Amino acid sequence: MSDIEETVESVQVNEDKEFDVEVEEHIEDEFAVDPTRYIFYRDRKEWADLEPVPQDDGPNPVVKIAYSEKFSDVYDYFRALLKNDEKTERAFALTADAIDLNAANYTVWHYRRVLLQALSKDLKEEMKYITNIIEEQPKNYQVWHHRRMVVEWLNDPSEELQFIADILSQDAKNYHAWQHRQWVIQEYKLWDNELEFVENLLEEDVRNNSAWNQRHFVISHTTGFSDPAVVEREIQYCLNQIRKAPHNESAWNYLKGMLQDRGLSSQPGLLERVLELKETHCSPYLLAFLFDCYEDALENIAQKEKVEEEEQKETLRKALEICQLLAQEKDTIRKEYWEFLGRSLRNKYGNGTLSDEPMNIWFERGIHLLVFKER
Amino acid sequence: HLCFSFSSCLDASRPWLCFWILHSLELLQEPIPAAVASDVCQFLARCQSPTGGFAGGPGQHAHLAPTYAAVNALCIIGTDEAYNVIDREKLLDFLWSVKQPDGSFVMHVGGEVDVRSAYCAASVASLTNILTPKLFENTTNWILSCQNWEGGLSGVPGLEAHGGYTFCGTAALVILGKEHMLDLKALLRWVVSRQMRFEGGFQGRCNKLVDGCYSFWQAGLLPLLHRALYKEGESELSQQRWMFEQQALQEYILLCCQNPTGGLLDKPGKSRDFYHTCYCLSGLSIAQHFGNMDNHYEVILGKEENRLAPTHPVYNICPEKVAQALQHFLRMPVPEVMLNFAPNKGQRFCKGSLTFS
Repeated sequence: MSDIEETVESVQVNEDKEFDVEVEEHIEDEFAVDPTRYIFYRDRKEWADLEPVPQDDGPNPVVKIAYSEKFSDVYDYFRALLKNDEKTERAFALTADAIDLNAANYTVWHYRRVLLQALSKDLKEEMKYITNIIEEQPKNYQVWHHRRMVVEWLNDPSEELQFIADILSQDAKNYHAWQHRQWVIQEYKLWDNELEFVENLLEEDVRNNSAWNQRHFVISHTTGFSDPAVVEREIQYCLNQIRKAPHNESAWNYLKGMLQDRGLSSQPGLLERVLELKETHCSPYLLAFLFDCYEDALENIAQKEKVEEEEQKETLRKALEICQLLAQEKDTIRKEYWEFLGRSLRNKYGNGTLSDEPMNIWFERGIHLLVFKER
Repeated sequence: HLCFSFSSCLDASRPWLCFWILHSLELLQEPIPAAVASDVCQFLARCQSPTGGFAGGPGQHAHLAPTYAAVNALCIIGTDEAYNVIDREKLLDFLWSVKQPDGSFVMHVGGEVDVRSAYCAASVASLTNILTPKLFENTTNWILSCQNWEGGLSGVPGLEAHGGYTFCGTAALVILGKEHMLDLKALLRWVVSRQMRFEGGFQGRCNKLVDGCYSFWQAGLLPLLHRALYKEGESELSQQRWMFEQQALQEYILLCCQNPTGGLLDKPGKSRDFYHTCYCLSGLSIAQHFGNMDNHYEVILGKEENRLAPTHPVYNICPEKVAQALQHFLRMPVPEVMLNFAPNKGQRFCKGSLTFS
């Protein structure tokens, strides 16, 4: 959601770094014009044939933007190009100015892509261009989408992994960067070195949830999580990371996430290993994991009649004990949740429901469904 | 209020500014002067594309995000003038023009795919009564494929679970009546875990920092899940509280997210902006109100005047405005897709289509 987060209220008047006083210094040399001095499009001879199109905000505009003179000038000419559907070099050059002024203008980006094709522009040059823009504005949707289009047209992903690694070295959790990386890897089957890449990132920051996600991504698309050797390796990896940083939620989530489809209690010895850790590396996440193990056991016990009622009661008791511990002491911010889970579990496997009144759903299309009865 | 000078980096997001500001005012129960409302209607009319949908500004191409914002803003205004701005037939054409065969939607013609688009499409289609099952064919499955190993949803399948995208995917499924197909328990665990035990506010992703805007994107999931679980027969749901620490969230917003000269923000040290003002207030409203108009529980931290109007957890405009809009548009027939006149009929399912005209 980063493109709509970038709101700055300050009135931006001077966006032009080019507007400096260099020209004054060449006062003795009247005819030597500083080639980097910015000239409005309206003053450029080669644009004289085009009538600029002012923005049509209407007579009583709202949410008015304080455009700089440069901004209005560029966009007045952009609108003119769009109106005439002009597909020329000068139009292409102007899109760069328009993008520089507002890289989130998706209409300009689209037009630039139309021109890239219509003018058969050098796409390798475009890669250099987009590389620079992304380095400057890595949290913008349009720039990454544009890069993806150019890579697709070139059918050349050879620079991508290195480029993305560079962006990630500046912000290891940039969502757009990871999205682009996953697309490149999947599209061009570049899986080979990715697990190593992930492990390096986790070495740098074991709490990088994006890296943990990438780990899951790579493994699920390569070996998968059905192979017991893979699962054991991953469990080992998780527990090692947990020993190093016990309060790292990512590692615990990964452990659970990897095993939940098959059921946590399906992994022999895991519960015991976690109970061991409880003594020296306890955390709310460890306790929640234990709860999940007990809940899963109850789920499976229910299906096997051979299990003694005593065992089921004991598992339920342990699960409820953890719920209460978390709700009252270890994870109080989630008190409402843990208490709900406790009630739910008791209702399902224990003494039955404590509540019997229906709830009112007030937002169902603005129409009340049921009458709420106060307890 | 609509007369601040805004930064030109928002030049392609002007309907958003209308929505963020109008919604903030409605939460604060500040009346919108009729003249202002009318001016907004006329401005948004100029943001509407001749081929349907709304753009970030006059003369720009239509895009699902400003389309969502514009429709919401018009529904907040809620006058006939506002409703009449929306060209429903063209809007449907626009939605078809961005629909993909795999069920997803691109944000604009030639643009990127992510789960925001499904929410924007479902929101505007349901409010204006142009929704047909065919329009959202495969969309449910695509959104479901965004739920990952963490329990939350990602922007596209494979990525990290993220509050903004999780809200969009879940709310879209609620609109489509398919929220029960999610692993609700896993989603619930993920979202409650996003509330920070020290700050009281919510983070967007595991192991990242708190941000006031997630007060809505994340906390707003709890009312949706409450209802979803109820529909699934869950009998142990609280009848007074959402499953997050409502007081702690209010404390975070009121104590840490206010600019002393007005407006709200991400976290202390950040500057205020209308996006954060909108979503901090929306989250505050969620934290204050459980239930409904006739029978609801309020938790108001601080003075009585801190009470905000309730907000609808699917659309994030006030529930009365949702009901009013639905009532207005449900009287109209669902438009037929005008295949002969739709601009991209040959390119309906062309991903990354270049030529627009």
